[in-house]
Amino acid sequence: MNESALRELIPAVIGVLVRRGADFASAEDAVQEALIRALQTWPDRPPADPKGWLVTAAWRKFLDQLRSESSRREREAAVTLEPPVGPSQTADDTLQLYFLCAHPSLPPASAVALTLRAVGGLTTRQIAAAYLVPEATMAQRISRAKRRLAGARLDQPGEFATVLRVLYLVFNEGYSGDVDLATEAIRLTRQVATLTDEPEVAGLLALMLLHHARRASRTGPDGRLVPLSAQDRSRWDTALIAEGVQILQAALARDRLGEYQAQAAIAALHADARTAAETDWVQIVEWYDELVRLTGNPLARLNRAVAVGGADGPRAGLAELARLDPTLPRYVAAAAYLHEQAGDLHLAAELYVQAARAAASVAERDHLTRQAARVRQLITA
Amino acid sequence: MKYLLLKHYRGNPAPVVDYPPMDQWTPAEVDAHMGYMHDFAARLERTGEFIDGQALAPDGAYVRYDGEGRPPVVDGPFPETKDLIAGWMVIDVDSWDRAVELAGELSAAPGPGGKPIHEWLEVRPFLAAPPTVTE
Repeated sequence: MNESALRELIPAVIGVLVRRGADFASAEDAVQEALIRALQTWPDRPPADPKGWLVTAAWRKFLDQLRSESSRREREAAVTLEPPVGPSQTADDTLQLYFLCAHPSLPPASAVALTLRAVGGLTTRQIAAAYLVPEATMAQRISRAKRRLAGARLDQPGEFATVLRVLYLVFNEGYSGDVDLATEAIRLTRQVATLTDEPEVAGLLALMLLHHARRASRTGPDGRLVPLSAQDRSRWDTALIAEGVQILQAALARDRLGEYQAQAAIAALHADARTAAETDWVQIVEWYDELVRLTGNPLARLNRAVAVGGADGPRAGLAELARLDPTLPRYVAAAAYLHEQAGDLHLAAELYVQAARAAASVAERDHLTRQAARVRQLITA
Repeated sequence: MKYLLLKHYRGNPAPVVDYPPMDQWTPAEVDAHMGYMHDFAARLERTGEFIDGQALAPDGAYVRYDGEGRPPVVDGPFPETKDLIAGWMVIDVDSWDRAVELAGELSAAPGPGGKPIHEWLEVRPFLAAPPTVTE
């Protein structure tokens, strides 16, 4: 059994422990310890019944924890009776775990860490490495999150919006370590999508697949950022695009539009263009209109202005941009791009330099610096 | 979001509290100051916000390439250099506001008479990895 198949079992095992009377925090700890033991011993001695092995090992860990806390002796008596597991409710348990880990009372970074551990089945060490945080700090972040959830029950209804927000964060924060967070986010979103027919869940899955399809072309061999307009489209993963489009169409047919479906529709229109010049900017602007209507998000307005530049020309895009707050992230980068398109090369070069200074990532900064250098060369040529 | 809290020996804005160098404090005052720093880091580890903390010796040198086949040029230390970094702490927090709040607390470390020294700390965001979804 490979590691990802092993991790698939984790939420169900936590569910079993909770049904037997364990509180979520202790159950989660016990299952994490069982998981670490499984990762150490299974390669040599794989069990016949992996899930049964994990349940037994985790339940023992849980009882050990209880026994080591003498003040809880009475509770121990109650739970060691091992009530029957009851009919399998694995699907419900798993969905409830997602809701709990994305609980609105948790700060985003904590919800992300807890989701990756309790539902994703990653170890604290793996999560810490993925986010470039010391293991001790990540362990504290997770146990603090669980303390905050003390008393929370598994059978309370949750909101899909919070779960989707967490999964989106996992996907979108491009950290790279041993754990491929984008792939992990897709795996988890696929799992949620099998447990519900919420169109926004499908919308987020489609969005992830459509962006993931472009992954190989998004960075150059030296790690440099390649903008959409310059990407080698023959390297886009057509199978992922087809799957993303199909999932999106089924979601849109349910006629309950949401922000992730709208974003996925924009990604699908980009994916559909064989060359950057063939991009259907008019339709993209319409989807940005929907996105702005749904979210009021200023960054959606900024992207809309760039799309208007594609549809009606750079001057029209600049006119849209002028109506927005100039302190928005990437505002100056968008202005530089539109001015270059409009032929204002001197201004464009200056704005690219300014934008590079304000960039939030090394890759963006370097990209914008290269843009400035390129435009300066156009001017002297 | 990760932030660097940078402590300078020199090059700060004008101090708001006038206090003598640490070697002129009482041992108890020095202990209290160090203890405060240590407790601060330990507390941040418990809240899941601590990444790293390091102090630097004031002495060092400037080094640069000096051409093929030649040893690097080593120069300094330059006593007249305007800025001198004393050490840093790296934190991982949910917002800029939280970073500022924590820097404010760290700056309240006690000095002579147990009073906060109000020292300036520089707060700088790390450049992160680029997001996947940008359009």
